[in-house]
Amino acid sequence: MEASKVIHAIYTDDDVLMSAVKTVKAEKHHIEEIYTPFPVHGLDKAMGLAPTRIAITSFMYGCVGLTVAIVMMNFIMIKDWPQDIGGKPSFSYLENMPAFVPIMFELTVFFAAHLMVITFYLRSRMWPFKKAENPDPRTTDDHFLMEIAIHNNESELTSLLQETGAVEINIVDKDEDAH
Amino acid sequence: MEYKISNRLRMGAIIMIVLGALGVAYGFMDSHKYETVKDVETLLKSEAHHGGGHAEEAHGESHSEPASHVEEGHGDEAHAEEGHKMSHEEHVLHQIHNRPYSALYVAAFFFFMIALGVLAFYAIQYASQAGWSPVLFRVMEGITSYVLPGGLIVLTIAFFADSHLFVWLKEGITEVGHENYDKLVANKSSWLNKTGFFIRGAIFLGGWSLYRYFSRKFSIAQDSADDNRNFKKNFRISAAFLVFYIYTESMMSWDWIMSVDPHWFSTLFGWYVFASMFVSGITVIAMVTIYLKSKGLLEFVNDSHIHDLAKFMFAISIFWTYLWFSQFMLIWYADIPEEVTYFVTRIEHYKLPFFGMLAMNFIFPLLLLMNSDYKRINWFVIMAGIVILCGHYLDVFNWIMPGTVVERWYIGIPEISSILLFGGLFLLFVFTALGKAPLLAKRNPFMKESEHFHY
Repeated sequence: MEASKVIHAIYTDDDVLMSAVKTVKAEKHHIEEIYTPFPVHGLDKAMGLAPTRIAITSFMYGCVGLTVAIVMMNFIMIKDWPQDIGGKPSFSYLENMPAFVPIMFELTVFFAAHLMVITFYLRSRMWPFKKAENPDPRTTDDHFLMEIAIHNNESELTSLLQETGAVEINIVDKDEDAH
Repeated sequence: MEYKISNRLRMGAIIMIVLGALGVAYGFMDSHKYETVKDVETLLKSEAHHGGGHAEEAHGESHSEPASHVEEGHGDEAHAEEGHKMSHEEHVLHQIHNRPYSALYVAAFFFFMIALGVLAFYAIQYASQAGWSPVLFRVMEGITSYVLPGGLIVLTIAFFADSHLFVWLKEGITEVGHENYDKLVANKSSWLNKTGFFIRGAIFLGGWSLYRYFSRKFSIAQDSADDNRNFKKNFRISAAFLVFYIYTESMMSWDWIMSVDPHWFSTLFGWYVFASMFVSGITVIAMVTIYLKSKGLLEFVNDSHIHDLAKFMFAISIFWTYLWFSQFMLIWYADIPEEVTYFVTRIEHYKLPFFGMLAMNFIFPLLLLMNSDYKRINWFVIMAGIVILCGHYLDVFNWIMPGTVVERWYIGIPEISSILLFGGLFLLFVFTALGKAPLLAKRNPFMKESEHFHY
């Protein structure tokens, strides 16, 4: 594989970054990645990323949580050790269902929220002890970094990025082994 | 951009009113076919003979199973307050006579609460200085024009319906030794009395209408102003109104709704009624906005505004369910006879509207409006809105009917005519008011932000 060179353009303002992204996209360059200190509203659309599917996974996890709650409460309260609920010892799941609704709700939320976060981390290839991919620590403070791959168009890209208001432009040899 | 109510809409509304009025008149005449206990006996016999649905069931039940009869009688207001001196036939006679009043009251309150819910929403937008919503202010102001007439109608019906709706107005109910004497109601009579009811009603409605009058006035004045003084005034009176509203709305719900079952009480009833009026109001804002957009007006309202309204419809539907369930579960769990009878009556005689409303107010909006993209599809929002509005009509139905007509309910001519009558009036008032001012509150300081709002 050819040694890939990338260009790192650094910005200090999210509005400048947004307009820069639009200019770069209009010139039909492919943006590899953008590192920002906080979520920038509308950046994903401007970069042309596919819409996230995390909401769908969240819905499915919620359904799993709901099912777990129903099955669990049925086993604990009705089957395994039948309990007298509120002085109504009917030992029927359906008749005692209102007592389980808070549990259904909580487990639905619990499953949806936690599994969604875990999915997000895995999908972003983040796991414990992973070496940070972040090329510049300043992007965790107040700088924004746009990474574009270079295909023999170094000077053209540099001048384009300069026009968009980048405060710093670096050409970097990307070490493929890093991740 | 100016809007004028179209002739077709005005004619449609007038036809609704006329048809509704005819149907309501028919309902009253029909109920008075049964003048005496004798008439009811014949009716019950013929129903039993024809094997007629639930009437027969109820009849058989109350006579063959005295135990369940007594237990049921706990919650059944008509019963409890009259002891067991009254025959079953006499009850049925009263229920038949109560029905057209109740039908009228349910529909009148339903449309009134839409306008009041919008008024609260509007005040919240001002008080929170929301940036997304000013493009919708004129739509909201149009809808709130129905607060005063709607409220007056509700109070008028309450005045004339008297003990047909509110058993605590029965003669002698507070007199010891009278055959109608009811100790529980007598203890509450310092609050539950006709004079107090209407004095409070006048205070509530007066306060709400005053806020509506001045906020509209300042909003129009802001259009041609060259500073933000009117906006600031509106901000201040909106904050004050919200404080007034949250107390009076709660008291209104005790007076106008909860007192239909005067033995029963729930401390979160005010909130629950608020959730219902809030979600219905927001739904109507979305529907009127989409209607006006379909006429080529409101070109400054974009999909993101509809999206936000639909988010509110979704969220407040779930909030409503949360409150409904909080009330239900505690009462169900504790199982205290004087509380639980409220739900026993509803589950025994109102299975379909009671559980149907849960499906329409919770499951439907939950599933239909969960997807982010669907919230931007106008016809989808309208369809979901229709389901939500029908569901909340049933909600009001379940508040009033079980206390007045008990098992002799039906959604027939009196109910549908009442919906037509007040629905027509509502449309007439709202769309006439919409035509009285430009649809863009153009000098609102947040207007630019609102016009550029995008999600």
